[in-house]
Amino acid sequence: MTDSRMTRVELLRRGAAGATVLSLPALLAACGGGGGGGSSGELNDVLNFSNWELYIDTKKPTTLQQFTKKTGIKVNYYEDVNSNPEYFAKVQGRLARGEGIGRDIFVSTDNDRFVGEYVDNGWVQKLDKSLIPNISNLVDAQLHPPFDPDRAYSLPWLSGMDGIAWNSDLTGPVTSVDQLFTDPNLKGKVTVWNSIGDTLGLVLLQNGDDPAKVTDAAFDRAIAKVQKAVDSSQIRRFTGNDYAQPLANGDLAACMAWSGDVAQLIADNPKLHWAIPEQGGTIWTDNMFIPLGGSVPTASTYMNFVYDPQIAAQIAVGTSYISSVKGVKPYAVKLDPKSAANPLIFPDDNTLSQLHQIDTAMLSNPEYIKKWLAVQGQ
Amino acid sequence: MGGFLHRHRGLTPYLLLAPGVLWLGIFFLVPLGFLGYESLQSGLFPDFQFTWEFSNFSNGIRDYHEQLVRSFVYAGIATVACLVLAYPLVYWIAFRAGPWRNLFLLVIVAPFFVTYLVRTLAWLNILADEGPVVGLLRDVHVLAPDGRLLATTFAVVSGITYNFFPFMALPIYVSLEQIDPRLLEAAKDLYASSAQSFLRVTLPLSAPGIVAGTLLTFIPAAGDFINAALLGTPSQAMIGNVIQAKFLVSLDYPSAASLSFILMATILVLLLVYARVVGTEKLTG
Repeated sequence: MTDSRMTRVELLRRGAAGATVLSLPALLAACGGGGGGGSSGELNDVLNFSNWELYIDTKKPTTLQQFTKKTGIKVNYYEDVNSNPEYFAKVQGRLARGEGIGRDIFVSTDNDRFVGEYVDNGWVQKLDKSLIPNISNLVDAQLHPPFDPDRAYSLPWLSGMDGIAWNSDLTGPVTSVDQLFTDPNLKGKVTVWNSIGDTLGLVLLQNGDDPAKVTDAAFDRAIAKVQKAVDSSQIRRFTGNDYAQPLANGDLAACMAWSGDVAQLIADNPKLHWAIPEQGGTIWTDNMFIPLGGSVPTASTYMNFVYDPQIAAQIAVGTSYISSVKGVKPYAVKLDPKSAANPLIFPDDNTLSQLHQIDTAMLSNPEYIKKWLAVQGQ
Repeated sequence: MGGFLHRHRGLTPYLLLAPGVLWLGIFFLVPLGFLGYESLQSGLFPDFQFTWEFSNFSNGIRDYHEQLVRSFVYAGIATVACLVLAYPLVYWIAFRAGPWRNLFLLVIVAPFFVTYLVRTLAWLNILADEGPVVGLLRDVHVLAPDGRLLATTFAVVSGITYNFFPFMALPIYVSLEQIDPRLLEAAKDLYASSAQSFLRVTLPLSAPGIVAGTLLTFIPAAGDFINAALLGTPSQAMIGNVIQAKFLVSLDYPSAASLSFILMATILVLLLVYARVVGTEKLTG
């Protein structure tokens, strides 16, 4: 610049450029396209993706980097899903007003009622399946989930299994919910999840009831069993995923635990073990959705990319969670033979046959929720 | 602008007030109005109707009085514990620490550089069953061999006490620090014993700090839910936990909103009683 004095126009332009550099991508996304990640019909050069923490591969070149290289679409990846209810509470107001949330994809787990709320209230958009030829790689078991019977709105991200973990310094194998709830050796050193579907799923199976079709009587039986274990001080607390540290510390002898968490913990802690209870376990799945205001073509392009078995294998190995993409295992063996042999990440058919799905009607029944919170003193 | 202000001098105080009033209006009163509106609705998510549903309030008290009372008991114990622990400490810092004052104050405030949640999570490790604290207490037979501190009322109240400690300590420090040392000398000259000069000079002069400290501790502590959630069991659930679960888990916004109002109203009543007992002039210093 020759003139040392800045004109007003220049000042404004510089200010704007400075603001653009400084501001968070979130702010930009929130400003553009009516609060969405862009208009719903256009392919954008940026994808805004909300996911749980530590829930994608990090080894370079990461799948996100490969996606950008392949398609030219940059990804703003937000690890801002801390819990399904909290994320829902954060976005429901804007979605209810038909506004976008600055995201093209977010994930939500089917062991909570919210997957149903998003679909039933029309707050998510249909996938553009013409852009997702790889959808043919979706495993059969995931084709018809109750909240989205034709997979019109959602595709699985990753899955995990509900089971029981124990610390072999403090106890022998804990192989059933009844043992977890009554073994005097475990008294006060047991936790269960604070989410209704996960905990009661295992309890229903213990009682010989079907977690995929819950009757009032079966529900009450399950609640009574948990209440008894709370009253006898067998159960110490209701947790989110904050059981991992206490279990490793020895504050807990055994607890209900998610396969992926434990798969990661066992790597450093040979005294930790995990199993599906004898009466069976449950499987849950995180699902990718396109919220109102999100760009359907951009999101669909990404979904197609992660349904390539080679990419899906890298994500599964990198996170220790289960992929719903057919044909991942041969690629996983090449990437990391040890993970590929881990039944918690790549369960065999025998394991999968012991897993049940959870009744979504149970998850949103207000009376059930009330009783479930009452057991937790709430 | 200058000319305008000069001509309308009477407006100046209002203009100075405006930013604060606007701030409170937008970020406090408007949301409070929404909350009040929500608390009188009925129905199931997401189809709530405004029906003047006053039964939300009576049902809230009927179903959750236990957690409500528990919250005030815990907050009360924690407030007293904060006062008993903080007063001698800041007294010592204000009158005896000399040049080290600022360092000690920094030590009190330092934990606040870490987020609330992480501070509370740290207690999970400090009080762990197999940790050093519990180990020591077991060795000296304060705790039974299978006794524990975590997941007890003691852990929850201790957590609250710890987390709100600086809110008690700092206002008391400020009021002690402002005491003119000549007043204490005068008390001595008039043959007051140290106990008398403390009771009749220091304590009354630090009362505004105590009042401010108790309010700053008690009010947020009564609505706290993190400590009960992480350090307690279902039998330690506080009203904050209930409200949180109503908002996030059962999506019962009307009940959650009415319970929030009940909590607010109860705090307000307790505050008025407190002001009445200690005298309003102490609230304002």
